Amino acid sequence: MKGPVMHITDTIIMEDRILLGHGSGGRQMHELIRDYFLKYFGNEHSQSMGDSAILPAISGKIAMTTDSFVVDPVFFPGGDIGKLAVCGTVNDLAVAGAEPKYLTAGFIIEEGFPVSDLVKILKSMRKEADLAGIKIVAGDTKVVDKGKCDKIFINTAGVGYVDEKYASLTSGSLVAPGDVVILNGNLADHGMAIMAARSALNFRSSIESDCSSLNGIIKLLLSVTRGIKFMRDPTRGGLASVLCEVSSGRNWGIEVEEEKIPVSPETRGLCEMLGFDPVYVANEGKFLMIIEKDEADIALRTLKDHPMGVNAAAIGRVTPGHPGRVLMQTAIGGKRILDMLAGEQLPRIC
Amino acid sequence: MCLSIPAEVIEVNGDMARVSIGGTIYDASLQLVENIKPGDYILLHTGFAIEKLDREEALSTLELFRELDELERPPDPDQQ
Amino acid sequence: MKYVDEFRDKSAVRDLISRIGASSTKRVSFMEVCGGHTMAIQKSGIPSLLPENITLKSGPGCPVCVSSRGFIDQAVALSRIPGVIIATFGDLIRVPGSYTTLEKAKAEGSRVEIVYSILDALKIAEKYPDRKIIFLGIGFETTAPSTAAGILMARSGGLKNFFVLSSHKVMPPAMRALVEEGINIDGFIGPGHVSTITGSAIYEELPRLYRLGCVISGFEPVDILQSIYMLVMQAEKNEPKVEIQYKRAVKPEGNRKALDMLDQVFELCDDWWRGLGILKSSGLRLKNEFADFDAGLHFHVEVPDIREDARCLCGDVLKGRITPDECSLFGKSCNPVNPVGACMVSNEGACHAYYRYHYHGR
Repeated sequence: MKGPVMHITDTIIMEDRILLGHGSGGRQMHELIRDYFLKYFGNEHSQSMGDSAILPAISGKIAMTTDSFVVDPVFFPGGDIGKLAVCGTVNDLAVAGAEPKYLTAGFIIEEGFPVSDLVKILKSMRKEADLAGIKIVAGDTKVVDKGKCDKIFINTAGVGYVDEKYASLTSGSLVAPGDVVILNGNLADHGMAIMAARSALNFRSSIESDCSSLNGIIKLLLSVTRGIKFMRDPTRGGLASVLCEVSSGRNWGIEVEEEKIPVSPETRGLCEMLGFDPVYVANEGKFLMIIEKDEADIALRTLKDHPMGVNAAAIGRVTPGHPGRVLMQTAIGGKRILDMLAGEQLPRIC
Repeated sequence: MCLSIPAEVIEVNGDMARVSIGGTIYDASLQLVENIKPGDYILLHTGFAIEKLDREEALSTLELFRELDELERPPDPDQQ
Repeated sequence: MKYVDEFRDKSAVRDLISRIGASSTKRVSFMEVCGGHTMAIQKSGIPSLLPENITLKSGPGCPVCVSSRGFIDQAVALSRIPGVIIATFGDLIRVPGSYTTLEKAKAEGSRVEIVYSILDALKIAEKYPDRKIIFLGIGFETTAPSTAAGILMARSGGLKNFFVLSSHKVMPPAMRALVEEGINIDGFIGPGHVSTITGSAIYEELPRLYRLGCVISGFEPVDILQSIYMLVMQAEKNEPKVEIQYKRAVKPEGNRKALDMLDQVFELCDDWWRGLGILKSSGLRLKNEFADFDAGLHFHVEVPDIREDARCLCGDVLKGRITPDECSLFGKSCNPVNPVGACMVSNEGACHAYYRYHYHGR
């Protein structure tokens, strides 16, 4: 690289902050893209820096998703906003039965954001994308005035291809009484890791976010069983919201057993301290599936043999009774309705 | 206003105690209680220990069932 | 002994259920006066396990529910003063005042911080010496001592930018008022954590004057069922008395140190309870000595007249006269997203808990 380029790069490193100029469309932005974004995201589809990534044709149906990431704090135990952006997008594709292929990422960065943090986020995105086997093919950066956004926001789009035979996985239209509800592991780790990481509440915990890409484990499952009828990742709103969504308006209901829902002791402790119910807390590396009864065992065995499914459990079943509703058999054998959460759970003392 | 939960005292520093709730660590105030030592369980409410939990009483509450149980009917295999 | 799982033991629960079923011959109803009990009862599905002749009613024990609209109106008005930061427990921010909520005030630019403890509010005050931090003091005898401790810390630490708006209340006048209103119950499930502080003597008038039993209960399923069992036995023998089920956390004499701190900072005053009206000596205000910390005295804000929705039956729900679903607003214009009455706002409010957990089709 020649003089002026080095100069600008040096300036960035010296000041170590994203400036409004980095989103101006001028040379500063150009350098930012080339020296950071392309450096970490670069692949055969993104080198051209054209206005569009030109991609090879995909065979099969196309699955497409979009998501925005505004997590606070940006870095948290078990991940960061970049890893989360990749995992979240990959998982939305994977639970639809799709094979994730391409990802785009738009960044809205608050003026003054440390460049070193941006680099950490970009590296983390690349690492996760490589793990998940998805390519980051296009990106965009805007820098906004201090206070106009909270540090950094990422918006993504994801594209994958999906086999025709998985077309009903998203809606769960084939689900029927007798089917089994399976979860791939401990609930509520992401939400509680974020809660504990928010410094204002003064807790210290070793809870780590479960943030991870699920396409590998889902692909494996789909290859060993054809009995899966529904999949969804219980992110915001948690397990309860997914169960309520899928059963709403159906002529069947769902009954889950509180005792079977896996939650780590530490996460449970923090939930109880703040008055949270783990079934409403966000997850970023979990998926819920509804599967034919006869196939449940093989699915469960496959999950338990996989690092992302060690704590997998069959947590409930689809019932002909109480259509459209989710019932929870409580740990002591009582029954109660599981409803969607009205608003965000807040630390409560009463 | 009742959300108070048991927490285990890890260490005591003056009128503060480091407590653990299933592994989550919190620095709780001991201003409302007396004679707290590591290993004790306290009832934590809004950042304050409001009472030391009495182990003997807890055991005897639980014991009450078992004794009554044994008197009144054969042992329940689930309880083993 | 971890003090939690032991008290969620399934076989102990089964045992208690069958014991209650075997000994209960009368049609009885018991009232839990603590919202934490309401929550625990609904969450664990206890109503679905009890024999049909036993009814549980929810009383006024949620401090959020009984706080007046005027208190929220005042907090909102305070939040709009430039340089003020409101520090509050999470539940309060969705409680409707006459016109708006703290959550909406926050969306309009007020600075409202959710804290777990008054200790967090003190930290905010230390961190922002040029701001004025107002902690919203809600809760009963359980919580008021920690507010007292916080105020004493602020004084000894020389904090000049820390204030408290107190809506703290004490429980006995409310229980007395309910009884005198003539609610039809056979005994109280006594508030465990209030009693941790107060001890059990405050309930002695219930059996003496009103022939009502009171069993001070813990919050785990085994605790609550054991308390119900104890109340059933009292009712069967017609021997109402005050008993402590929650012995691991409640001593008859209470927590003297916490009570002393409470007395040092607060004094009783008449206070307004949603659904019950003004009750004599039922509120806690800062003593004159601590006037410098009293947000109500330090700041002068215009608070519009209180506006109530006449159709809201929170008062009757709080008194245990009706179940939440008997209110015409329940589940319709009043729901957890848009609560009309305070009972729908708090997680432990009777209507909210009922909305979330109740199961009719046994």
